[in-house]
Amino acid sequence: MSTHHDAPHGWRRWLLSTNHKDIGTLYLIFSVVAGLIGGAMSVVIRMQLAHPGGTLFDGDWHRYNVFVTAHALTMVFFTVMPALIGGFGNWFVPLMIGAPDMAFPRLNNISFWLLPPSFALMMLSAFEGAGAGTGWTLYPPLSTSGHPDASVDFAILALHLAGISSVLGAINFLTTIINMRAPGMTFHRMPLFVWSMLVTAFLLLLSIPVLAGALTMLLTDRNFGTAFFAPAGGGDPLLYQHLFWFFGHPEVYIMILPAFGIISQIIATFSKKPVFGYLGMAYAMVTIGGVGFVVWAHHMFTTGLAVDTRAYFTAATMVIAVPTGIKVFSWIATMWGGSITFRVPMLWAVGFIFLFTMGGVTGVVLANNPVDVSLHDTYYVIAHFHYVLSLGAVFAIFAGFYYWIGKISGREYPEGLAKLHFWVTFVGVNLTFFPQHFLGVQGMPRRIPDYPEAFAGWNMVSSIGAYIAYGGTVLFLLVVWRTFTSGRRVEANQWGSGATTLEWTVSSPPPLHSFETLPRIGAPPPVHNAAE
Amino acid sequence: MNRRTGTTVAALLVVVLAMAGLVVASVPLYKAFCKATGLGGAPRQVAAGSERLSERRVTIRFDTSVAKGLAWRFAPKTREMSVRLGEDTLAVFTATNLSDRPVTGNAVFNATPDKIGRYVSKIQCFCFTEQVLQPGQTVDLPVTFVIDPAMAADANTEEVSTITLSYTFFRAEADKAASLGSPDTPDARGRS
Repeated sequence: MSTHHDAPHGWRRWLLSTNHKDIGTLYLIFSVVAGLIGGAMSVVIRMQLAHPGGTLFDGDWHRYNVFVTAHALTMVFFTVMPALIGGFGNWFVPLMIGAPDMAFPRLNNISFWLLPPSFALMMLSAFEGAGAGTGWTLYPPLSTSGHPDASVDFAILALHLAGISSVLGAINFLTTIINMRAPGMTFHRMPLFVWSMLVTAFLLLLSIPVLAGALTMLLTDRNFGTAFFAPAGGGDPLLYQHLFWFFGHPEVYIMILPAFGIISQIIATFSKKPVFGYLGMAYAMVTIGGVGFVVWAHHMFTTGLAVDTRAYFTAATMVIAVPTGIKVFSWIATMWGGSITFRVPMLWAVGFIFLFTMGGVTGVVLANNPVDVSLHDTYYVIAHFHYVLSLGAVFAIFAGFYYWIGKISGREYPEGLAKLHFWVTFVGVNLTFFPQHFLGVQGMPRRIPDYPEAFAGWNMVSSIGAYIAYGGTVLFLLVVWRTFTSGRRVEANQWGSGATTLEWTVSSPPPLHSFETLPRIGAPPPVHNAAE
Repeated sequence: MNRRTGTTVAALLVVVLAMAGLVVASVPLYKAFCKATGLGGAPRQVAAGSERLSERRVTIRFDTSVAKGLAWRFAPKTREMSVRLGEDTLAVFTATNLSDRPVTGNAVFNATPDKIGRYVSKIQCFCFTEQVLQPGQTVDLPVTFVIDPAMAADANTEEVSTITLSYTFFRAEADKAASLGSPDTPDARGRS
C-alpha cells in the first residue's frame, strides 16, 4: 500500500477519524458499551418481576417505567443500530464493493460523534426530575402533561441527535453504494449485505424525518403552548401515534434488514454454496422495506379505527410474511445439499433463522386484528418483538462479530469459549422470552411492575433466563479479551472457499487504506476472479 | 465532489425534505380527513339537516365532563332521548361558572361507538365556538344534530342502538395565558 496518506495516532486517530474502518470500530465499541448498560437495565427489570410483590423499586413504580423506557431507547438507538449499520456497515460496505472508503469520510466522523452526546442526553432523561417513563413511543398526553419536568425534553433532544446521525449516515451509505462500486460490480452482483444496507439506508431517509417532525411537535406542545396533540386546543393525540408508527414500523425493519444481509453472507460461506435465489433474496428485502411503510396502524388496532381500515392493515401486514418466507426458505435451500461446517458464526446464523422464524410466526398471529385486540399490551407482544430483535437482530450481531472479528482484528476468536457463549446465550434468551408467550396469552400486561400470584411461576423462569443471558454477555467480553490478547493470527481468507466476497481478498486486518487500485469484477459469481 | 456524487446527494436531500414536508402537511391533512370522513368518532358539521326520514330509531345518550383547571358545572338537561334517523333534534345543556372571574371555555366533542362518527352530523353546536361565562352565570347551551339515515343501510352499524355524544369543556388556551399574564398571543400558538 502507498504511504503518502497521513495516518494520525493516539486520540487524534479516533476523535478526528475519517477512516471507514476506524469509525466502524468506534461504532462497534460504542454499541457494546451501550448494550451492556441496556442489558443491565433489563436484568433490573427482571429482578423486579422475579417474584410477585417485588420491592426493588421501593414502591416507586414510575422509576420502573423509567427503566423500561431507557432500556428500549438504549437497545434500539444505541446498541442494535450502531452495531449493524454504523459498525458492520462502515467496515464492510466499502470493502465488499471494492471502494477505497465511504463517499464522505468527514460526514462519517460526525455521524458517529453525534451518538455519544445523544446517548448522554438519553441517560440524563432518566435522571432529570422523575425521569422519562413514557416507553420508547413517547405517546402524549403521558409525554406532555404527564411529565412536567424536563425529562421528556432530554429524551426528545437525544432522539433528534440520533436521528440526524442516522440520516447523515444513510446519505453517506447511499452515495457510496450508488457511485463507488468497483468496475464490473453491478447492482445485481452486489453481495446481499450491501443490498441490505442499501434498503436500510433508504428506509432511514424516508422514516427519520417523520419521527423528527412528530418529536418537534411534541417539543412545542410541551414548551411553547402549541396544541398539535392536545384536544383542549383542537389537536388529536392519535395523530402522534400515526406519525410515530409511520416511522416506528420501518424502524423495526431498519433493525432487522442488515441482520438478513449478514445471515445471508454467513449461510453461504459455511455451506460452501452461493446463496440460493440471489435476486429473490435482494428484492425480498426491497419488498419488505416498501410494504413496511403501509402497515403502521397494526400498532394501533385498539385506538378505534374503522373496521375496514383494520381489515386493510391486517391484510397488508400478513403480506409481509411472503417476502420474509422467501428469505427463510432461501436460507434453508442454501444449506440444503451444502458442505456445512458448524463454526461459531454458523451456529449463530442457524440460531437466528430458527428464532427469527418463531418471532415471525407470532407476528402473523398478532397481525390479526381480532387476536391483537386481546393480546395488545400483554407479554405476548413483548415475547414477539424480543424474538425478532433480541433473539433475531442481536444473534445476527454476534454472528457478524464472529464472522468478521478475524478480518477486523487479524486474530482468531477462541472457538471453545465462543461456542460456550453461543449456547449460554441461546438457553438464556429462550428461557427468558418463551414463557412470556404463556404469560401474555394469560393476560399479563406489559409495563406494570407487579402481577398476581398466578403468574409467579413463568415469571421466575423468565428472570432466571435473563440472568443466564446476561452471564452470556460476560462470556462475550471474555471472548473479546482472549481474542485480542492470545488469538492466533489469521490469513486473508480465514474461511476458505466458501467466503467469496471482496473483504476476504485483503489482508487481516486490512491495511488502513484498501483498494487504492480498484478491483475489477468479472461475470457472476463475482468473486471467483478474486480468488485466482 | 464530482458531479455524479453531487446529483446523488441532491436527490437524497430532496427525499429528506419531501418527507419533512409531508409531516408538516400531516396536521391539516389529518384534521381535514377526520372532519370529512367522520373516522375516529369525529362528528361531521353540516349546514342543513337531512331530507329523508327513516323509521329506525336510536337512543342518544349525552355524556358531559369538565377538564381539570376549569371551575364550571356542566350537564345535559336530558340524559337520554330517542330520535328517528334523519330527524333534526335539539338538545340543551347548562353550564355554570362557579368561579369569581369571567372564564372562557371551549368544548371538544366526540361520538361513540367510533364507527358511528360519520353518521352524526351537527347543524348547530355550542362546541363550534368559545363560550365566555361571567362569575356565577348560568347559560343554556343548545346543539342541533341529525343522525344520517344512511346509517340504516350500513352493515357495520346494524347492531348499534345507542349512540353516546360526548362533550368535554376545557379552559381556553388564550384564557389560561391571559390569567397567567403570559406574553403569548393567541395567534402565536399554532391552533387552527
